[in-house]
Amino acid sequence: MALLEYALVGGILYGVFFSLVGIGLNLVFGVMRMINLAHGQFIMLGGFGAYLLSSHLGLNPVFGIPLAVAGGIVIGWPLYYAVVPRLQRSNDPEMLSFILFFGIAQVIEAVTLLVFGADQHSLPDSALGSGNIGVLGQDFPDSWWVAVAVSVLCIGGLYLYLSSTRLGFATRAIMADRDEARTTGIDVDRVAAIAFVIGLSLAGIAGVFVPYMVGSVSPSIGGGLTTTSFAIIIIGSLGNPLGTVVGGLVFGIGTMLMQTYYASWSNLVPYALLLVIVLIRPSGLLGKAVRSA
Amino acid sequence: MRNATGGTRYAVAVLATLAVAFVALPQVYGNQSVLFTMMTYMALAQGLNLVYGFTGYLPFGYVGFFGTGAYACSILVTFTGLPVLLCVIGGGLAALLIGLILGPLLRLSGAYFSIANLAASQIIYYVVSNEALKPLTGGPYGIKIDQVFAPTASYAAMLVVLLLTTALAAYFRLSRFGLGLRAMHQNPISAAVAGVNIVRARLVVWLVSATVAGLIGGVYAWNLSVFYPDAVFTLEISVFAIVFALFGGVGTVIGPLLGAGLLYTFYAAIGVSTPQYFQLLYGSLIVFLVLFLPNGLVSLLVRRKLHVL
Repeated sequence: MALLEYALVGGILYGVFFSLVGIGLNLVFGVMRMINLAHGQFIMLGGFGAYLLSSHLGLNPVFGIPLAVAGGIVIGWPLYYAVVPRLQRSNDPEMLSFILFFGIAQVIEAVTLLVFGADQHSLPDSALGSGNIGVLGQDFPDSWWVAVAVSVLCIGGLYLYLSSTRLGFATRAIMADRDEARTTGIDVDRVAAIAFVIGLSLAGIAGVFVPYMVGSVSPSIGGGLTTTSFAIIIIGSLGNPLGTVVGGLVFGIGTMLMQTYYASWSNLVPYALLLVIVLIRPSGLLGKAVRSA
Repeated sequence: MRNATGGTRYAVAVLATLAVAFVALPQVYGNQSVLFTMMTYMALAQGLNLVYGFTGYLPFGYVGFFGTGAYACSILVTFTGLPVLLCVIGGGLAALLIGLILGPLLRLSGAYFSIANLAASQIIYYVVSNEALKPLTGGPYGIKIDQVFAPTASYAAMLVVLLLTTALAAYFRLSRFGLGLRAMHQNPISAAVAGVNIVRARLVVWLVSATVAGLIGGVYAWNLSVFYPDAVFTLEISVFAIVFALFGGVGTVIGPLLGAGLLYTFYAAIGVSTPQYFQLLYGSLIVFLVLFLPNGLVSLLVRRKLHVL
């Protein structure tokens, strides 16, 4: 029983954190109808930001959070205006943006490799508290609880933004119908650029805690994180932060159960979940028809 | 498509040029393994072009078929003792089977298809490289078929596969079937109304492309003869095939060949020793292509009113 309890409690914590990992991708996709294939690389950048702060400046890694937000603004705003309006006018925005963001992912990965090398970096364990906090007799390190608390704050904040601010209303209007939103006088590009910045910042914030939750950060982790995020937002429902939490929890608990009982197969979980769900209920879970013919 | 005979003559010329080039090149350039790998990527880019260029479905997990072919061929060599060419064909058939199993993915559109296909290739990789399958696949420790090692014969076999793939692309480009594909790519509903069986056509293209990748994988395994699962399942293989094909120009016959030939030459010169710089280069190249040259190098020729096959 102890094993099962460990897997369930751990899975919930892990899942809440992975909701944060996926939520930026969900927001960007909802607003722009583009898959940010560089999502995992932006998460990885967040991790390296925290690593730089703690190893070179001796700061606590949590200062990576404001750094991630600053990075989201500095990278996201110009990037949006440089490529997105141009792509929206092209003949196949969905596929072209998919390939374009893939190129951006490769650039980010290559630059990170050139700057930091291919090594894996971890963050000091004691920075987020060196103890353990137990639930149901199962102990988890403090850093996990901090990551979960930050995840809950971020997801809650995004929910409030979408449900009770003017910009949030405009964002949801664009998610519902981009052209109609434009006709009602919403500055679509400005609102979407803000959503893009928020999406990248959330990815960066998640990245700060990746070294604690996954063990380390290295330039090559981006691709796997993107696929995992995609699986999570497909399990949940698009444009709804609470839906992403459902996806994160399914992924987290599934992964922890597999790690506990069939460890060598656990890395199949996100891929198998993704494939099964995409094939069984693509439109139902995403709230958008993704099938053709 | 101006007239069919002119197109056919063009296709024969392309095939002849390829054959002569890769027969003659080893005489003047000593490193046969570089030439072999170049043919491998030309064939892969062309095979990917069959699906992406003619139907618009971008198979991000294309490497899954390649790896399946490599492993099926190696397993057949190890356990059956059949002639190695039959094992290579077995690799193609294994990839065909995987293609059939993944057939339902074609119901998805655009990026969903790509990501689901990527997930499928990762699943195949994790299964093949799993410790539990060590007696069959060698698991993470790789597989060895050096009893059939034959660099020259496998070089010739890869050339045949490359010619076959290119001939298929020419067929798609010139035939009535290919015309239906293009109509479907531009507007599936109109094409269906005009009598193109889009579900069947799409599946046929998908299976042909998968089989080709399996054959390429089989010959590649034969040439390598000792390899780890990473070597035939790394996503880099899909990525290279996509970038090479896009760079040259998808939906044409010569585009992927040009793209793979040029970029792989470049990769062989700088990419092997400093892969990060090459990654930076092709990443920037993708961004540039999507924004400014979405139809690849050959679109420059088309703009000058040259006929491109």
